[in-house]
Amino acid sequence: MTSTIEETASAPADVTRGAFDLEWGDLIKTGAILGLGLVFMSLAGMPTGLDGRLLIDPFLSLGYVSLLWLPLIVGWSVANEKVLEGMVATRKSARDVVAGLVVGAIGGAGLSLLIVLIGAFDIRDPLVNWNEKTQAFLSFQRGTGFGVIACIVVSALLAGFGASLHLMPRRVRRAIVSALLAVISVAVFESFLVDVADPLSFLYTKTGGLLPLWAAVVAALALAMTLSGGGERIGQARTNFQELTGPAKTRQNTILIVVSGLALIIIPMITGKITQELLANVGIFLLLALGLNIVVGLAGILDLGYVAFFAVGGYTTAVLTSTNRGPDWPEWFPTLPWWGAFLVTLLMAGLVGLFIGAPVIRMRGDYLAIVTLGFGEIIRILFLSDWLSGYFNGAQGITNIPPADFGIFEVKGTDPRSVFYLVLFFAVISIYVSWRLERSRLGRAWMAVREDESVAEAMGINTVNVKLMAFVVGAVLASFAGAIFSAKVGSIFPTSFLILVSIIILVIVIVGGMGNIVGVIVGSIVLVGVLGGPKQPGLLQEFSEYKLLIYGALLIWMMLQRPEGLVPNARRSRELHQDEFLQDAWLKGKVDDADENGNGADSGTVAPGLAGGAS
Amino acid sequence: MSHLLEIDSLSVTFGGLHALKDLNFHVDEGEIVGVIGPNGAGKTTFFNMISGMVTPTSGDIRFEGESLVGLDPNQVTQRGIARTFQNVRLFANMTIVENVMVSQHCRTKQGVWGALLNTGKFRSEEQEIRQHAEKVLGFFGSRLVGYRLEQPASVLSYANRRRLEIARAMATKPKLILLDEPVAGMNPKESAELTDLIGKLRSEWGFTIVLIEHDMNVVRDVSDRVVCLDHGETLAQGSFEEVSNNPDVIEAYLGRPLEKT
Repeated sequence: MTSTIEETASAPADVTRGAFDLEWGDLIKTGAILGLGLVFMSLAGMPTGLDGRLLIDPFLSLGYVSLLWLPLIVGWSVANEKVLEGMVATRKSARDVVAGLVVGAIGGAGLSLLIVLIGAFDIRDPLVNWNEKTQAFLSFQRGTGFGVIACIVVSALLAGFGASLHLMPRRVRRAIVSALLAVISVAVFESFLVDVADPLSFLYTKTGGLLPLWAAVVAALALAMTLSGGGERIGQARTNFQELTGPAKTRQNTILIVVSGLALIIIPMITGKITQELLANVGIFLLLALGLNIVVGLAGILDLGYVAFFAVGGYTTAVLTSTNRGPDWPEWFPTLPWWGAFLVTLLMAGLVGLFIGAPVIRMRGDYLAIVTLGFGEIIRILFLSDWLSGYFNGAQGITNIPPADFGIFEVKGTDPRSVFYLVLFFAVISIYVSWRLERSRLGRAWMAVREDESVAEAMGINTVNVKLMAFVVGAVLASFAGAIFSAKVGSIFPTSFLILVSIIILVIVIVGGMGNIVGVIVGSIVLVGVLGGPKQPGLLQEFSEYKLLIYGALLIWMMLQRPEGLVPNARRSRELHQDEFLQDAWLKGKVDDADENGNGADSGTVAPGLAGGAS
Repeated sequence: MSHLLEIDSLSVTFGGLHALKDLNFHVDEGEIVGVIGPNGAGKTTFFNMISGMVTPTSGDIRFEGESLVGLDPNQVTQRGIARTFQNVRLFANMTIVENVMVSQHCRTKQGVWGALLNTGKFRSEEQEIRQHAEKVLGFFGSRLVGYRLEQPASVLSYANRRRLEIARAMATKPKLILLDEPVAGMNPKESAELTDLIGKLRSEWGFTIVLIEHDMNVVRDVSDRVVCLDHGETLAQGSFEEVSNNPDVIEAYLGRPLEKT
């Protein structure tokens, strides 16, 4: 149940509640939310749009999957109950399955209502997907009457199944979940898997979609692996790894870094172009996100116009290397090889960082965010403007940017592997820079400014200089990405630097984990690699039309459930979960302090109330 | 010019409110001066003004003979004045040792290149910063050192937070420390102990100290001289006995006896 703390706390120990002893109000509310979600998804056009993409030929299309997962998850969560310290959990029973069925049925009723209403009214004008196609899709192409009942039944069954997962033994549950996930991912990532290893194409039909036989084989493999304890072993290995300390830990980390480094060098050699392209795109956004991470994550300056520095990097390189730059450049203006242009680009980005930063940095918080947003747009509009079109060609952009020539190899867009290696090289530099700076005098000053700017100022930190430094370092890191981007794409337009890019970079940093390098890497892989960048397709290329919808949903979910990001920074995590952390520290710290100072309880131990309030 | 800190007919107004009116004040090297006064008397404004967080409307503040008016807070700290805050304001998510390390910022100078190239100078400076931080924290006994060094400041108890604030101010290597209610919220035992430490701040570390305090036991025990402010004006100056027996001071704290009105 979505039972509240009071209810669970007052329940006597290990009570099994009757099958119909349910919180009906909560169930109806959750069911209604599920219904709204399903209707929203249908009207957003995701199911009908993706219906053509078969996952398992001919039974299941991606369109249906994009709807069906919702009742499953809601059913699972409706029977999921958070057990806090000192609370007694109610034993899982048929009651939870009933709850799932009820919620699912209510949610399905929402869809049924939609089927009926589509027949009754025509509001196609604002809602493009209010049409027979949606209706037919939702009724499984078998007429409204069948559809109305089928929606309720299917949704109820799925939600009931989701809820019943709680009743199964742990291992069985894991096996089922992993089998489902395995089949879906093998089917969804078809093009990627075939690209990585061409022989795998025997799994799929020619028109796309997993063959039913192979779907069963994949599911069976996943089942067998989990049932034989594969999951536990992996979990155990991870715990062992995390518990290492001292030199053993350092050695493990070194091994991990070396292995992943080698993997990153070798993987692009054996995969096809799609994967190489994907890796290159992830890398470019990683470079941007690492830079923004210094600005936002370390120094706490919310820069919403970060794309400006990406644009400056791209355009500077383009102007210095292209033969097709604007006509107004003077005769003597040089055309440089890529690496020469790159050095100028760094300088230019640093200068622009100073130039934009100097006025902006004196502001704080929201004001600063709005002003940076403005500057981000100003830079793009300058490149677009008629006024400077003699230099930057306005909307036509700068084309004919030659590949980056390094003698031994050339980096060009048609060879994504070379782009990836160049990106990898600069990513290593960026990571090194972030890592060194975080542990330096400057890094500490950035953190102090982030924590409390006026106190940092009173402690002798010149906050203006320190923040400006963060801005400049961020700008220089962004220009790495810009310079590579222009060599990769070969042409550069103002539309490559929309505000959306700034937002996506920020989302990468937030979703990955602010102030954490590993988090930023994971964030770039998940967002750009899986979902896709602003214009770059990701692994889920079918969803590219709904990318922003998914970004938004993901961001909201993260803010609610895991505000510290996928791979949290220890500090930030503490900040956001202060109460739990303090309770923990208090329990651990109590004994030490009592020994240490005679008056232990007063001066040594943590006062959770005060601590929570003062941060 | 012989005074370490000299304040000359200083006034500040916030809109129509005279937070401080024509204040004259001085501190000599090696003194401990207590500033007392009822709530709203302008004591914290007085500190904010010295530390550069508020700009005076008129008058002058001179530290070692040079005017501080118009300097930014970080420049004031650079000149050698450190402060603590009445409502403890630590960098709660930085570790205890980092809190103290970061306040040595204005006494150190390694920048981006030192950190990136990991130069010898950078490493030795980092080491000095760390050693100095541990030394300062060691001043408070075992409370802030050992396993505590790497804990975030937010786990500390209220009393320890106050201690860490003082440590942070000490680490800026100041000549003058401004303590804003250092024992507020401590129990009698703890405040007696801290009173002792304030004395040692002068005798062992050579700091000159101005402290705002409501706890009269502390003020009596540590101050060479006491200044009482009320409504932004100096009500009385002198030894603790003189000030505490001054009828104006008693009136400001307790109000005018009924029969006299």
